[in-house]
Amino acid sequence: MNTVTLTIDGVQITVPANYTILEAAAEAGINIPTLCYLKDINQIGACRLCLVEIEGARALQAACVSQVGEGMIVRTNTEKLRANRKLNLELLLSNHNRECTTCPRAKNCELQALCHEYGVEDVRFEPLVKKEYEKDTLSPSVVRDNSKCINCRRCIAACNDVQKIGAIGPSLRGDKLVIGSIFGKSLVETPCINCGQCIAACPVGALTEKSEIANVFAALADPEKFVVVQPAPAVRATIGEEFGLPMGVAQTGKLATALRRLGFDRVFDTNFGADLTIMEEGTELIDRIQNGGVLPMITSCSPGWVSYCETFFPEFIPNLSSCKSPHQMTGAIVKSYFAEKNGIDPKNIYVVSVMPCTAKKYESKRDEMKVNGNKDVDAVITVRELARMINNANIDFARLPDGKFDDMLGDSTGAADIFGATGGVMEAALRTVYSVLTGKELADVNLTAVRGMEGIKEATIDIAGKAVKVAVASGSGNAKALLEAIKRGEADYTFIEIMGCPGGCINGGGQPIVSAKDRLYVDFKALRASALYNEDAGKALRRSHENPSIKKLYDEFLGTPGGHKSHELLHTHYYKRDKY
Amino acid sequence: MKTIAELSALREAMQPKMAVRRGLALIEKDGYRRHVLICAGTGCTSSKSLKIAENLENALKAQGLENDVQIVKTGCFGLCAVGPIMIVYPEGTFYSSVQPEDVDEIVETHLKNGKIVDRLVYTDEHTVRAPGESVALADTTFYKNQHRVALRNCGFIDAENINEYIAMDGYKALGTVLTTMTPDDVIKVILDSGLRGRGGGGFPTGMKWSFAKKSVSEKKYVVCNADEGDPGAFMDRSILEGDPHAVIEAMAIAGFAIGADEGYVYVRAEYPIAVRRLKLAIEQAREAGVLGKDIFGTGFNFDIQVRLGAGAFVCGEETALLTSIEGNRGEPKPRPPFPAVKGLFDKPTIINNVETYANIAQIINNGAEWFASMGKDKAKGTKVFALSGRIQHTGLVEVPMGTPLRDIVYGVGGGVPNGKAFKAAQMGGPSGGCIPASLIDTNIDYDSLAAIGAMIGSGGLVVMDEDNCMVDIAKFFLEFTVDESCGKCTPCRVGIRKMLDILTRITDGKGEEGDIEKLEELAYMVKTNSLCGLGQTAPNPVLSTIRYFRDEYEAHIREKRCPAGACKNLMSYVIELDKCIGCGLCAKQCPVNAITRLDPADYPDRKLAPFTIDASKCIKCGACVASCRKLAIIKK
Repeated sequence: MNTVTLTIDGVQITVPANYTILEAAAEAGINIPTLCYLKDINQIGACRLCLVEIEGARALQAACVSQVGEGMIVRTNTEKLRANRKLNLELLLSNHNRECTTCPRAKNCELQALCHEYGVEDVRFEPLVKKEYEKDTLSPSVVRDNSKCINCRRCIAACNDVQKIGAIGPSLRGDKLVIGSIFGKSLVETPCINCGQCIAACPVGALTEKSEIANVFAALADPEKFVVVQPAPAVRATIGEEFGLPMGVAQTGKLATALRRLGFDRVFDTNFGADLTIMEEGTELIDRIQNGGVLPMITSCSPGWVSYCETFFPEFIPNLSSCKSPHQMTGAIVKSYFAEKNGIDPKNIYVVSVMPCTAKKYESKRDEMKVNGNKDVDAVITVRELARMINNANIDFARLPDGKFDDMLGDSTGAADIFGATGGVMEAALRTVYSVLTGKELADVNLTAVRGMEGIKEATIDIAGKAVKVAVASGSGNAKALLEAIKRGEADYTFIEIMGCPGGCINGGGQPIVSAKDRLYVDFKALRASALYNEDAGKALRRSHENPSIKKLYDEFLGTPGGHKSHELLHTHYYKRDKY
Repeated sequence: MKTIAELSALREAMQPKMAVRRGLALIEKDGYRRHVLICAGTGCTSSKSLKIAENLENALKAQGLENDVQIVKTGCFGLCAVGPIMIVYPEGTFYSSVQPEDVDEIVETHLKNGKIVDRLVYTDEHTVRAPGESVALADTTFYKNQHRVALRNCGFIDAENINEYIAMDGYKALGTVLTTMTPDDVIKVILDSGLRGRGGGGFPTGMKWSFAKKSVSEKKYVVCNADEGDPGAFMDRSILEGDPHAVIEAMAIAGFAIGADEGYVYVRAEYPIAVRRLKLAIEQAREAGVLGKDIFGTGFNFDIQVRLGAGAFVCGEETALLTSIEGNRGEPKPRPPFPAVKGLFDKPTIINNVETYANIAQIINNGAEWFASMGKDKAKGTKVFALSGRIQHTGLVEVPMGTPLRDIVYGVGGGVPNGKAFKAAQMGGPSGGCIPASLIDTNIDYDSLAAIGAMIGSGGLVVMDEDNCMVDIAKFFLEFTVDESCGKCTPCRVGIRKMLDILTRITDGKGEEGDIEKLEELAYMVKTNSLCGLGQTAPNPVLSTIRYFRDEYEAHIREKRCPAGACKNLMSYVIELDKCIGCGLCAKQCPVNAITRLDPADYPDRKLAPFTIDASKCIKCGACVASCRKLAIIKK
């Protein structure tokens, strides 16, 4: 690797030649402030906070887009630069809705943090007299409040460049510029797939999830309601981050305790639904392989991906597995099997899903997601919302003792844990499909070929003497690339896993926000995924079909995977959708 | 045309047809005896010059003169203030402010009977003319002091006829380049000529080309920036309307020099005539074989596409322009990488402005030394300026680089009208600064202007007299840049808006102590921190007016007074009672009924009681002032 040596604020450092000054400075222990920069997502040099002096350069240069050079002498901390940054922040604040105390991003706002760091104590300029932008609250998943937007365009980059959706962009010019959808439409009138990657990218409180906290608290307070909760696999990997616990450590036990203390009548686990999904989806795959069904079969766990497929690649709808996603399956079983067994009227059961995802909010409201007229899932809250509820309820999460999920619908195998990382559903499915097709168990359940944070992964697995080609894509942008390759006839797969968000659910739009600065220092996706793989590795049972509660469910209620009752409760169908 | 020989033959065949226009007698036996040139540029077209041409054609037919007189629709002559313009050759009679109904008289008196229509002949106060004689265009004050290089064919040839361009040595330079020179030779000539970009930056053109040549790539592009956006500047439009082939030929030469086979012209959609002529010229050039494959049989391929801009000022910035050609929202990108390394569609690209290209073929034909002999110091050649504001000869002028401002204003420009005093000239539009009267002897070139805080920019030159308020002028340009900022970077999007807020307060009489310092603080931050040239220069009008007219700012802030009497919120109209005769004309003119007669009981000795203006109703339109015959209404 080519390297160059440069001096930043008097510190000499040798870095790879393709580094930006920002990256080199980070290695030298120098934090250059940024707002529009977001590693791997947005590098446009627009906010001008990262301007630095380079000896010999005609003008100040944006560190986030300037490449390092041999012998370069860079200064990031001169009197002038500090004054520039302070004034720059003051200008942003002057047009920013400073309701910081009531903002969901308070204490977790990059603008607020920088203003604090740079000592912006006074805003001397008149606020921009712009029209009172109405909040866009029509989307089931994403709320946009442009009074807080600082026009950094990280959301646009996430939506357009990473996810390849293009639901949002800049309109108008100059100080009238607004970020939003075409012709001022609401997000709900666009091809938005509700993935929430825009929220994860937003440095301030301009983008947030559509909160359902109030509904959940109301249900908990309602004596008539039997309130059941289920957290997704990826939730245990990240919930600790919201309470200052280290990233990459699963907090499964504390999570179960916190949910119980919040007052839920049953604390189940979407992991159960994940194991169930493998039984159904694995069976569907085997059926398609053996009976000439449409291949490649593509997973359907990710509602962001499903929306993307319905909107942008409807020709692949027949390839989608008909399986509902794990939390919808769990919900359906709660309102049928569980209700029946416990003599509770399903109408009085209120199922709450804690998801790393904003698209699940939308998914739970789809008309197909019902059993006998009852919604499978009544409310979906994100990891961030759960953390807020835990705080509201005076629960000191970091000090909680470990607890357990409730019996049966809280039981799961290691195969379910890894659902939350890209490649996890594929790995879990292959563990079971191998067993069914060969009658033997995989010698090594760790299928590392489909692990890792690459956007598109391929592998060939030998099952019963047959080479089965599989692919994994995460992020709709990568899904697009993969599907286009298939359409061009360049690829021939049997089974594909696609997740709507890059890296899978551990980077879902409902996950704790990782600041631009933290993203510079850690590979947060890989770190979060490692928490799930550790969970899997620590379990005695690591194949979904080994889950005794799943066996019991089939024995007592469903019959066989892919059977009549399964189809009624656990499978769904899709529609072609217009973009506008 | 397949060969240079064919081009030469065509040129030689065409030249006699143009001789009349050079004041020469008829050379060809059956040729036109007279050429009538009518300006078909945007300015004259909007004052019905095409109707004049139509009337002329009909009248000529009616008189049986259609084979005797050729009508030539040309590009802009430059003296837009007195359009529509018509010139009759071989006499060279310069008719100004011609109306469609004047045509019959021109045909009857001049074209048929050879006598000049005296009342339509253009004169200025400095030109002496005997009745019945015409003043040659070149002898008028306006043209005498000009040196037309980039504009040489504008107002002389029919822009819609490639053969007329060829007669003027058109495409000869391209032939020379393709058959006798290497790309390095071409770049050396351009470097030696000292030509610098005419679009604002003033970067040496040859150097730009050499960077692009050095970039290794299978594909490269040549782009013409015709997104002229400065308020009041229209030289690029005039060149495209009057001499489009000059740009096409230069782009092909540039393509040869850097190794590109494709060019784009990015032109504003608001320039319909320029766009039409440019497209027509490209078609004609393709048909003639000077664009397309295997030009002159040399194996060199080059073609040009036109892209229309939607009128965003920022798209004149090169990276924004390229982004727009690529089909995206026109917004700038950080440089480096410069377009010469990574430009259009990420390929090495050169971008030059229209006026820059208009010089290229002539530099090749006449040599680098010829070009370098014009101008001063590091500014070679000539520069076109668009004169506007408080000046006699509004229009387009071309003078050698380094010409003192005084010569432009009082020489070519004819001075300030109505006996008012010259106060300042704003140069470089919203990116530039002002030159106060005390510096009127400054040479107009890149470095001299930079030294006093102004810039040539694209060549807009707005003259201001004593009635112009400099704070108001700064506000005017800032309103423009606030509107035109793309909004991508914070300093420009928010910073100049805050500057405008402060200026608005000052001109409204709500200025505070410390406002000037706040303006300066913001201005320096916006200048040094903005992403592109728009923001980096937007504060210039403010900084330069503060620099030279700080006392005016202070008068607004401290005394709540506009010394020039231009800021409406700081002045009022008052009727001087001793002068008012009570006629009531002003009250009739007042659109808001702010003027009423005072109680006659208070003025027993007067026949008619005087009037008064209710300041709370007055909208300061000035209609009353214009109506008063006794000059009794004054601004205070």
